[in-house]
Order: sequence, then structure tokens, then C-alpha cells
Amino acid sequence: MMLIPLAEIDEGLRGEVGGKAWSLATMAQQGLTVPDAVVVPAALYRHYVKDADLAERISLELSRKRFEEMRWEEMWDAALRIRNIFASTPLPADMQDGLLRSIEQRFGGDATVVRSSALAEDAADTSFAGLHESYVNVRGPDQIAEHIRLVWASLWSDAALLYRRELGLNPANSAMAVVVQRIVVGERSGVAFSIWPEEPSQGMIEAVWGLNQGLVDGTVEPDRWVVDRDSGEIVAYTAAEREEAVVPGASGVELRSMDSRRRNSAPLTDDEVSKIHAMSRRAEDLFGAPQDTEWTFSGEVLHILQSRPITTGRSEDDDGSAYSRSWYLSLRRSFDSLQRLRDRIEAEHIPAMIADAKRLAETNLAALEDEQLADEIQRRARLFAAWRDVYWEDFIPFAHGARLFGQVYNDTVRPQDPYEFIDLLSSQPILSMQRNHMLEKMAQLVRKLNLTAQLEAGQEPPEELRQMLSEYAGRFSDPSPGGGDNRQILELVLRMAQQGQRERSARNTDDLREQFLRSFKSGDRSQAEALLELGKVSYRLRDDDNIYLGDVEAEVRRAVDMARQRSERDLPQDLSPEDAARILREPDYTIEAAVSDAQHSEAARTDLLRGQERQLVGQPAGAGLARGRARVIADPGDLYDFEAGEILVVDSLDPTMTFVVPLAEAIVERRGGMLIHGAIIAREYGLPCVTGVPAAAELIRSGDEITVDGFLGIVTISKHRR
Amino acid sequence: MERYCLNRDDRQSRASESSREEAARVLQNLLGSQRLGVLSTHHNGAPYASLVAFAASDDLYSILFATPKATRKFANITADPRVAVLIDNAREYPVDFEEAAATTAVGEAIELTGEEREEAAVRFCALHPHMRDFVASPSTALVSIEVESYYVVRRFQHVTELHIPR
Repeated sequence: MMLIPLAEIDEGLRGEVGGKAWSLATMAQQGLTVPDAVVVPAALYRHYVKDADLAERISLELSRKRFEEMRWEEMWDAALRIRNIFASTPLPADMQDGLLRSIEQRFGGDATVVRSSALAEDAADTSFAGLHESYVNVRGPDQIAEHIRLVWASLWSDAALLYRRELGLNPANSAMAVVVQRIVVGERSGVAFSIWPEEPSQGMIEAVWGLNQGLVDGTVEPDRWVVDRDSGEIVAYTAAEREEAVVPGASGVELRSMDSRRRNSAPLTDDEVSKIHAMSRRAEDLFGAPQDTEWTFSGEVLHILQSRPITTGRSEDDDGSAYSRSWYLSLRRSFDSLQRLRDRIEAEHIPAMIADAKRLAETNLAALEDEQLADEIQRRARLFAAWRDVYWEDFIPFAHGARLFGQVYNDTVRPQDPYEFIDLLSSQPILSMQRNHMLEKMAQLVRKLNLTAQLEAGQEPPEELRQMLSEYAGRFSDPSPGGGDNRQILELVLRMAQQGQRERSARNTDDLREQFLRSFKSGDRSQAEALLELGKVSYRLRDDDNIYLGDVEAEVRRAVDMARQRSERDLPQDLSPEDAARILREPDYTIEAAVSDAQHSEAARTDLLRGQERQLVGQPAGAGLARGRARVIADPGDLYDFEAGEILVVDSLDPTMTFVVPLAEAIVERRGGMLIHGAIIAREYGLPCVTGVPAAAELIRSGDEITVDGFLGIVTISKHRR
Repeated sequence: MERYCLNRDDRQSRASESSREEAARVLQNLLGSQRLGVLSTHHNGAPYASLVAFAASDDLYSILFATPKATRKFANITADPRVAVLIDNAREYPVDFEEAAATTAVGEAIELTGEEREEAAVRFCALHPHMRDFVASPSTALVSIEVESYYVVRRFQHVTELHIPR
């Protein structure tokens, strides 16, 4: 048994072909028009996975860390690595031959859609639509076979991993079927709800020009009709601002602006609206439940692309904690919506953020009365909070662009290292590197003029170095209260000078770029270049936006510090803006002492069995093996104590903290993900790096003797500091 | 305890011969069916035990395992290569006492390098394919235990000692 045509699917095969295929087969067998299709049954997935021992490899990827401790970015990473396992593992030879032959016979060189069809016992499949991949406009047996593997890989997509428990997803038992459909290039497409969830006596139809992908992923606004469920009469109609349509490209699809004829007319006539509603009622009768149906008109023929039961929005256990799930799913943005996000970020957010920080910096805080200062602190805290929201809503989703690029890069180039694309993205100037370069330049000067001895003896630096020091201090404001003064910076420069210049890895990114572009057909190259450009911007902004946000935060800090200076009391360094404002208004107000996490874990450490951690597991994020003394950065001020040869251990490495990296032997970070700063800069300097180590900065203490295994993602504490 | 030398053609009574044959068969089965064993090492007399995935050679002369180099077990064998490894088929049921078999292999642990390592990695990964990346890491040591003796335990307390001729 290789491929199963829709006409041959009976009840006995239901569990093997998955929900989507079952519903298509049912409709086809009942005389509704659906695209010609065959199903790759789940048995083929199982055979492939068993043949290459993939279940164990997936298990290994997923068991490194407690699921609850994974950040969404780490799920991206896990999904990316699993996807790479599928992409780089060929089908067993017998299967490959049979599959290619069957596809060739059925579709020849015709364009197809390769869709996931999750297995029926995954009841969750219906309520979590959009977790798995579909590929549109795939041609030829080789391409189709390759995309079948990618659809299989999407059983382990980031979104699916997020819902892993609800889906009952596990490497030993889960499997997936795939539908390969002949593409129906509709001129008009859309969705139909046999019941409109907002008004059960009505049904609803949405339609766009072109393919309905634009509608489904939200890039193209649809015209909308509400109809009476029983009579099919139109009750209400809302026209869209019609500008663009999704159409097939050389491979895949693209968004194009439309001619005026289409802009100015609705995609459907009233008769067609009724016809679609009748069809969706028929699907409802067939499946015994209200249906959400995707359809397309090719010429005058109405095709059903797929149909599934209508689900009622949010699942019950969704308490909105941590990350709202709908927000998460909206991350699966297409190229075009990312472009729009980019425009908004570059044209609006960043200039506004810079302007805000500049305006705040120009305010003379000393001139304010206490009451005014209290107001100012609160205003600044609110402004910062608002920017933090923007950061979550627009900046972080935009970071998906780098990942989208990575996925395309891995699919086309098939590199051994699934993170090779980062080298290509990171070959551009980013703000945090400018700071590091300035420090390196000062260290070079110290070396060149042999200044070490005289500076260590406490002599004044020569004019050239003094100028560089003050330029440095003027350019990089530290948000920390303990931010370095000139003396501390100078000491850091001396240590860097002694250690000698750290070579940054010389990668020939021109080659990578060539290799990437060459893997596209010439007609697709401009699109590939646009994607590379988007990936680079996404990558750069990811770093830079932290710095702009940091500038606003530093201004909150500056106002709070002013309040601290005015008070005669001994106030904590990390005084919150709320407390600072309150103390200005009520000088006797007592702050509730918060027990810090570090103190908590300290207590836990001494009390529970009097034990200690010996070996911690994270993700390998920079190849290499290093052993040395740990320097834990709990407060940015600690950075200035950093000695050459130490291992940088940090909860989350901010771009403003990376300047000590040239002194470090290795980096360990609690946050996980390949796009975090620790991982990026470790790659840049070729340092061993392990990220995603839970509670790293608490379990490791400054002075502990540790080994960082950047190949395997393991940190061993060989000697605890006494 | 009975003492025998593996593959040695001694003149022995039929009873002991069949016991030895059975022990060798049990040993063959254990090493062929089990994937994990418990490795014992020490450091200055302080004992230490680790769970390891292993692969035994067909002739039973050696047992391979892999370990990151920063681990305690690797430090221990670097300081003193004498090790023991326990391989058993217990499943934590009372019936185990009748059916369970175990063997302790005693020998010397040697880190493999160069061609020897590559050849051994292929053998090890054939049995543990999902550990391919782990074994390929330059920070992973592939260690061969050159076995001197096996102690095969059956029927709760029946112990047979088999020596590898060197």
C-alpha cells in the first residue's frame, strides 16, 4: 500500500488517513466537487520514522528540558532542529522508489498542494487548526516527496509543541497522514460557515479574489455576506477595501496588487453566494455538524478545498497565562505581513522611541519640585510600560522574520549546521557591536603605546585615550545604577589589552549568500533576496530594539536615582519607580522588603539535603569545550569585575552587557534559543556557549570551577567555591 | 562459585560443562538484549556508579560506552582505569528472583582515539543510532572496557566466573 486515492478510502482506513483526508473522501464519494487527490497514509510516516530511528532522536530533542521551563523561542528552536532532522533524512530506498513512481503516474509535472492530515484520534486536530504545514504549488515527484517529509516534520511544529499535551503528542506513537491534491487555481476563493457563530440562525461567507491563502492568514481583507440559514437569502453584506490578491508564483504563492476591475467589484454574485451556502449546508448534513468550509471558484465550477467542524474559539483551559495562545498563533505570519510589520517598526516605532528617549534625556530633573519629580517618574514608568507592550506586540513577532528566513535557508541549502543561516544574518553592523569595537580600539591603543605599566601605576591616560574614554562614556549610558565610571572602564580596557586581541571568526558570508541564492531558480532569486533582506532587518532590529528600549528604561532609572539622592534614607539600588514616587510624596513610607530569588534559592540550597548541582543541561549554542572560573553577572555593575579567562554566567545577556565577552572563555545563559544575544555573540567570537540552562545564574556561583561543553550543551560544576 | 575460562578447552565434568555453557549463553543473551548497564568507578577509594548505554563486541572481549569528558566517571577512569559494569535484565517484579540474570564485567577502561575510535563509533551507533550526534561530539569520549572476567549470576545466587584469555 503506497498512495490511496480518495475514492478508495473507506471506514476501515479512517484512522490511517487522518481527519482532512477522511472529510475530502466523504465529500468526493457523495458527489461534491473536490480536487483530485491521493493520501499518503500514516503507515508511511511510521515506516520512515522507524527506519531512521527518528522517534529516539525527537525524544532526545524534547527531553533536554522540562517542558514547562521552555520559552517559546526554545520551542521554535526545538521545532527547527526536528524539522532539520526530517529534511536531512532521506526516505528508505524502497519507499522512495515506490512513492516517486506513484506520484509520477498520478500527477506527472502538475502543480499540487501538499497538506497535513492529522490522525482522527487526535480529536484536538479540529480545534487546533493551523498547527501543521501545507505547501501550495509544489511540482514534480521529487519536490512532492520532499514536501511530504516537511509536512511530516510539521507534526512537531513549534505551535504543535506548544499544545503538545492537549494533542497527546509523543514521539513513540504519534504519526501523520498527508494529502497530495492537484491544485485548483481558483480566480475567487473563500470560506463558508454553515452557522455563523455570532447568530445561529444565519450562515456566513467570506470571499477574496485569487487564492484563499491571503484570507486564511489574514493578509487580504475579504468581502463578507451574512445569509439566512434556511432560505439562503442575503441578510447583510460588507465590502472590503480590495487591493491585493494572492496568486500562484513560479513556486509557492505571492501577493500582487489587483487591477481596477477587480478592485471595484465583489468577488461573488448574489446567486453564487446562495450556491456556496447551499454547498456548506450540504457538507453540514453530510458530517452531522456545522462546518467551516474552504472553497474556490475555478471558472464556473465550485470546488470544496476542505471542510471541518466549526470550533468555538478559545479552549477552556486557556487561562491566558504566560503567553496568550492566539497571540502565539499570529506569529505564523507570512512574508507580506512581516514586511508590513517592518515598515511600522522602522518608520514609526523606532523614530518615536528615539525621540522619546531624547526628550526625556533633555529634561532637567534637578529643577523639578518633589511632587513634580514624582509625577515625572510615574509618567516615565508608564511610557516605558507602553513601549514594552509595543515590544511584545510588534518587535518580538517581527523577530519571526529571522526564523522564516532560517527555515527557507535550511530547506534550500540543506546545511549540516541548522544555524548556519545566523552567520549570514549577522554579517552586518549592529549597535551593540559598536560598543565592543570602541573598547577593542582602546585596548589596541594601550597595547600599541605600551601604556599598561603606567596606567596600572595610576598615571593619567594620555590625551588620545582620555578622549576615547569620554566619547565612550558619553555614548553608552548604562541603565544600571552601578554603571561603570571612567576608572572601571579603564581597568576593563587594561585587562583586554593584556589578553591580546580576540579574533572574531572570519566567515565568508559572501559564499553563504551565493550558496543561498544559487539554490533558487533564476526566476525566484529576487524573492529570495527580498527574504534575505527581511531576515537581516529582523535580525538587526532584534538586537537594536533592545538598545532603544534600554535608552527609555535608563531615563526611568535616572529619575528614580534622582529621587533616591533626595531622600536622606538608605534606599535600595533597585528601588522601583512606584516606591520612588511614593517616597517623594510620603517621606515616611516604608518599602516592603522583597526577598530576592537569589536569597530564596540560597535557602533552598543549604536546607534541602545540603546538596548541590553537579551537572546542568542546556542547549549547545557555540561549539567548543572550556574550563575556568565562573563569573556570575547578577547586576550590570558586576561586569566591571570580569577577569580575563573567566566564564560568563548570566540570567539573560543584554546587548549592553556583551562588551566583556572578549575577555570570556565561554558563555552560559539561562535564557534559551539560538537568536538570543549570548548565542549570537558566542558564535561571533567562536566561544563555547550553552544556553537555556534553567536557573543558571543561581545554581552557579562566582568562583565555582566549571566546564562548558558547547558541543553537547552541558555545564559541569567541578568545584564549588568554598 | 564456579570458575571457568571462556573458550578454553579444558577437560571438565559434564555437569560443570553444561553450567558453563549455560552461563555463556546467559551472558550472550544479556549483552545482546540489554542496552544499559551500570558502570562502577572510584576515585581514591570513593566509589561511584553511572548508568551507561553500552555495546559489547561479538567476541565479548570488550564493552564500549560513551561519556562526556567533563563527567566524574571520566575523571575517575582517567585516574584509575579499573572498572566494573553491571548488566542485568531485572524488571522490578518479585518473579525477577527466579528469572533474572545479571553479569558483572570487570576490566580496564581505555579511551579510544583516531581510527580505533571511528571504527568503534560505527559499531556503537549501529546499536544506539539516536546517540550519533552525542558520539560524534569532540567532547565525548568513546571508552572501551577490555574485559578480564565476567561474573554471571542466575537463579538468585548461582554465580559463574568466566575469564577472557589474554
